Amino acid sequence: MTAAVAESAAVPMTAKRRGAQLAMLGFAVLVVMGAYASVGLGLDGKIPAGMLTYGLGLGGLMVAAYLVLARWAPWADPLLLPLVTLVNGIGLVIIYRIEQSGRPGASSTTQLMWTALGVVMFSATLIVLKDHRALQRLTYTMGFVGIGSLVLPLLPFIGKEINGARIWIGIGDTFTIQPAEFAKLALVVFFAGYLVAKRDVLALAGRRLLFIDLPRVRDLGPVLITWGLSLAVLVLQKDLGSSLLLFGTFIVMLYIATQRTSWVLIGVLLFLGGAILAGQVFDHVTARFEVWLNPEASEFYDRELGGSYQLMQGLFGIGSGGILGTGLGEGHPYLIPLAFSDFIFAAVGEELGLTGLMALLMVYALIVERGLRTAIAARDPFSKLLAGGLSFLLAWQVFIIVGGVTGLIPLTGLVTPFMSAGGSALLANWILIALLVRMSDAARRPPPQAIQDEGLTQVFQR
Amino acid sequence: MSELTLLLIRLAFLAVLWFFVIAAVGVIRTDLFGPRTAPATARKPTKPAKPVSKPKRGEPRQMVVVGGPLQGTIINLTETPITIGRATDATLVLSDDYASSRHARLFPQDGQWIVEDLGSTNGTYLDRSKVTRPMPVPLGTPIRIGKTVIELRK
Repeated sequence: MTAAVAESAAVPMTAKRRGAQLAMLGFAVLVVMGAYASVGLGLDGKIPAGMLTYGLGLGGLMVAAYLVLARWAPWADPLLLPLVTLVNGIGLVIIYRIEQSGRPGASSTTQLMWTALGVVMFSATLIVLKDHRALQRLTYTMGFVGIGSLVLPLLPFIGKEINGARIWIGIGDTFTIQPAEFAKLALVVFFAGYLVAKRDVLALAGRRLLFIDLPRVRDLGPVLITWGLSLAVLVLQKDLGSSLLLFGTFIVMLYIATQRTSWVLIGVLLFLGGAILAGQVFDHVTARFEVWLNPEASEFYDRELGGSYQLMQGLFGIGSGGILGTGLGEGHPYLIPLAFSDFIFAAVGEELGLTGLMALLMVYALIVERGLRTAIAARDPFSKLLAGGLSFLLAWQVFIIVGGVTGLIPLTGLVTPFMSAGGSALLANWILIALLVRMSDAARRPPPQAIQDEGLTQVFQR
Repeated sequence: MSELTLLLIRLAFLAVLWFFVIAAVGVIRTDLFGPRTAPATARKPTKPAKPVSKPKRGEPRQMVVVGGPLQGTIINLTETPITIGRATDATLVLSDDYASSRHARLFPQDGQWIVEDLGSTNGTYLDRSKVTRPMPVPLGTPIRIGKTVIELRK
């Protein structure tokens, strides 16, 4: 008995947990189908015809993803896929619900199609990328790809300006993508590879001020360059969200790599300086600040462009949801103009209430926890930084948009990962999850088995 | 559809949502602490057939990195040797200028773990003494490789 207990305690990480994963995946799909049924019952008192098509569509996609995962990443974390399935599915349901109430722009069929493409990208990433450390060799390529895709929308002809932000590229009016979503991934890979190579230098202490070891002045280069880059994104593309996301992720990865608090301090100071400066100089940033500080002022509420009308509608929605929500299909989330994309969180808040919002935030927290756990379990520095960076990217994205929608921080146009309508973000986030799954597979896989027991030369099987 | 039914559906959905979260936490719990009832009992009879012995009381089960950039990493000890170094196929991959690509090796022998330096440039240290020949590693004694410090733990 003691031996059995000892065994289970000794190797808790090496269990594959495929069964648990399949069960949780089924559970997630059931919850989503339940949500569809609930929407239909709330709207017109009968179970909607779409429940089976959407539910089985999502279920079929996830079974496919599960099979790919079981074949190409058998040791992967059992929870990542089910948790993502749940948020993606709830997003589909909310978009379906808003489409039913007749708001133009919301289309759950398009979103399901993008989800299918996302799962294809997820599978492709897992199948093609057998070892994520191959990305380390592409460090600088990824850096160029990242910056290149950030710049793309600024070019004439292919760049497009929609809703005041120049972050789209497209051919014609039908097919547009946001390259910034993919740039984030490429830049995190670049930061990870760069910091693995340079962190010893960046961790060197310079002068000591109070309780903090300041870094040497000549090592400030990378931080200043990233700062300049994110300010450029802010100014040239008017994309507050991406700018904040980029800089925050870099600072946190720098902190993970060097374990120096001073970098976080320098980052926060630089960011505050930049934000205040931008707030004074650029109109669109000033407008965001005004709206954030006084959303209820009638001059901002009635303003045509960049007013607080949408923010206030979102807050009203969350407020009328209360603790338990109005019930799916029984609220009025369609009153919020962008309830299917940026403000999907407010729509959830109205129909599922604080209880539902907390459950969703818990699911996001669990995804991030699994990612950070992967970072801890990883056996080489590049994987640690990449997993930590990608998890933080996800967490930071959720924080920025939820904080913006609830009025905690100025509202920035970011998507809620996996929930908001929008193809580029969905694809990019599915690739992000594929990378995490790939790394958790490598981290949880038991150590390589030696073919020969002794001898100077050893052959390792991986 | 009456008000009451809708209310019940709404509450049931929220409960199911939370139940999903709790189930997910349950999976993590099992991952961290092992299953509540050991399912290994069924497989147990096949295990003693192996000539190699299970870790007994007082023998190390984990290798923990307690210092350096990889701090916090835990590797479970099995019957297989562990290699440490900068080479990507090492069990613990270091990115340390003071470590060699194949720096050191840990292997079990007669219930003890032995550390062996694989001809590294800057040496491997067991506690304070340089490892010149294979030496047994007591529990909790630090092994230093460049900036990395590892320990064996139960």
